[in-house]
Amino acid sequence: MSGSTSTRFDVIIIGAGPAGMAAALTARQLGLHTLLLDEQAAPGGQIYRNVLGVQPAVGTLLGPDYVHGGALAHALADSGVTAWFGALVWDVSAEGVVTGLRDGQSFQVQAPQLIAATGALERASPMPGWTLPGVLNAGAVQIALKASGSIPAGRVVLAGGGPLLLLVACQLLDAGAQVAGIVETSAADNRRQALPHLPAALAAPGYLLKGLRMMWQLRAARVPWFTQASEMKIEGTARAEGVVFSSGGRPRRIAADVVLLHHGVIPNTQLSRLMRAEHVWDEVQLAWHARVDEWGQTSLPGLRVAGDGAGVAGALAAEHCGTLAAIGAAHDLGRLSSVERDRRAGPVRRALSRQLRIRPFLDALYRPPQWINAPEADVIVCRCEEVTAARIREMARLGCQGPNQTKFFSRCGMGPCQGRICGNVVTQILASEIGRPAAEVGAYHIRAPLKPVPIASIVALTEFGHPTETAGVDTHE
Amino acid sequence: MFKHIEGGDTRARVRLQFDGRPIEARAGDSVALALLQGGCIPFRTTPVSGAPRAPLCLMGVCFECLLEVDGRANVQGCMVEVRDGMQVRRQEGARDAIGGER
Repeated sequence: MSGSTSTRFDVIIIGAGPAGMAAALTARQLGLHTLLLDEQAAPGGQIYRNVLGVQPAVGTLLGPDYVHGGALAHALADSGVTAWFGALVWDVSAEGVVTGLRDGQSFQVQAPQLIAATGALERASPMPGWTLPGVLNAGAVQIALKASGSIPAGRVVLAGGGPLLLLVACQLLDAGAQVAGIVETSAADNRRQALPHLPAALAAPGYLLKGLRMMWQLRAARVPWFTQASEMKIEGTARAEGVVFSSGGRPRRIAADVVLLHHGVIPNTQLSRLMRAEHVWDEVQLAWHARVDEWGQTSLPGLRVAGDGAGVAGALAAEHCGTLAAIGAAHDLGRLSSVERDRRAGPVRRALSRQLRIRPFLDALYRPPQWINAPEADVIVCRCEEVTAARIREMARLGCQGPNQTKFFSRCGMGPCQGRICGNVVTQILASEIGRPAAEVGAYHIRAPLKPVPIASIVALTEFGHPTETAGVDTHE
Repeated sequence: MFKHIEGGDTRARVRLQFDGRPIEARAGDSVALALLQGGCIPFRTTPVSGAPRAPLCLMGVCFECLLEVDGRANVQGCMVEVRDGMQVRRQEGARDAIGGER
């Protein structure tokens, strides 16, 4: 590309959550010419969203785990790292050219080292009625709280499983919301599977105690609480009106104005998949993640993934992974000797391993129930194009061997979300229908633009003298 | 469908319109949150079956909050901050070109 209109850096970090902020701080400390990009207006990612601007009362309500992110964000602001917010990255080339859109203007920047710190997104919870207005992901409500001090009005029912489900329930109670019920979907067997991991979890700092405190709070508030729920659906016509399910061998119904779904979070792999880095299917977390080494290095030289994007491990682990990725980048750039790299990484690695001790226990305890990834025939799986589970299975029977063929023939995954919501489920439905492992069935091919951008901003790139390959039809699996 | 928690919020008020109806929001809020607070349900109807939709994720992933904002179609309501005088419209069915001017 022409040098005159581009800006070159040593390292470009995409995503300003805990991993991205830590990576940027470390890169800067190591003397690297660093650029941090994020689509949002301020640092923090989703976990520390709006941490610099939050109203004091809301910050108190969200607690010390959230406020911790403020220290990172302040350090970032004080560090002098070049950070562009409101910057939507929509293409990254193998040569490290990052193309994006900021304030309506296209930009291209380049670096020999890229760190994708694009975090996680919530696992889809397809069930009858999940497309109704008033049904949101539990994480969405936490974002509303962080970003605006907003809570759902009326009766709120939370359904699914995972620490975040309980945390959101507690935060909503504290904020004065009307929590009408918690419906846990984790299978009976999960506890037995989690038990062997309990000793390691007991060595983890404080996580179990936090979990117990949340349960005590919810019990004390006498929130109706159901477990091992199945056959779940959301009733309503113009909007959600209630949750129907089976629990304890009996049919149940809870009236609701807002239904919050949560079955854990999965890595956001759009960028590393766009770049064709090697990905692995994690049979424990039931999701794809980029294959990385201990420095976040992917199969593509110069591309690192740090944080939940390389496997979900939480915010504190993400912070350590961001630091390690920046140290690795500095070493690859010849700015840090192997000895110095390993000396700096030592304490970070020990802190990371302490954070990881809880994961096997949580992953087993909150493994999503089998039925959430095997929806009934009429359930819409691809929300954008309204493709049902039955249609996807029909595609498999007609010979589709993977999600890209299903997409070509049924438009499943072809809408504006580009398969972010449905992709994980489609892979599992096809795997089950075809009788092959998810790892072999594969995932949607991701192409630029990563998000829909105005045609004019693609055309504007010709000013940079760098032709960009855009989306085309590709039936190759 | 959403409300602000009580007390301590000193942010300026911002007025926008949803299909001509006045909506009061707080400065810094996203359009999607402002509409959820204003009970503006649904945000859109789907191009395929005309089904009603409203936000799922509020973090830029699900594209359920697509709206027409100041004449621009297919804007992610959760990724845009409210501004005084903003004209927001529900999207019924399909739009001509993604992100294009109408």
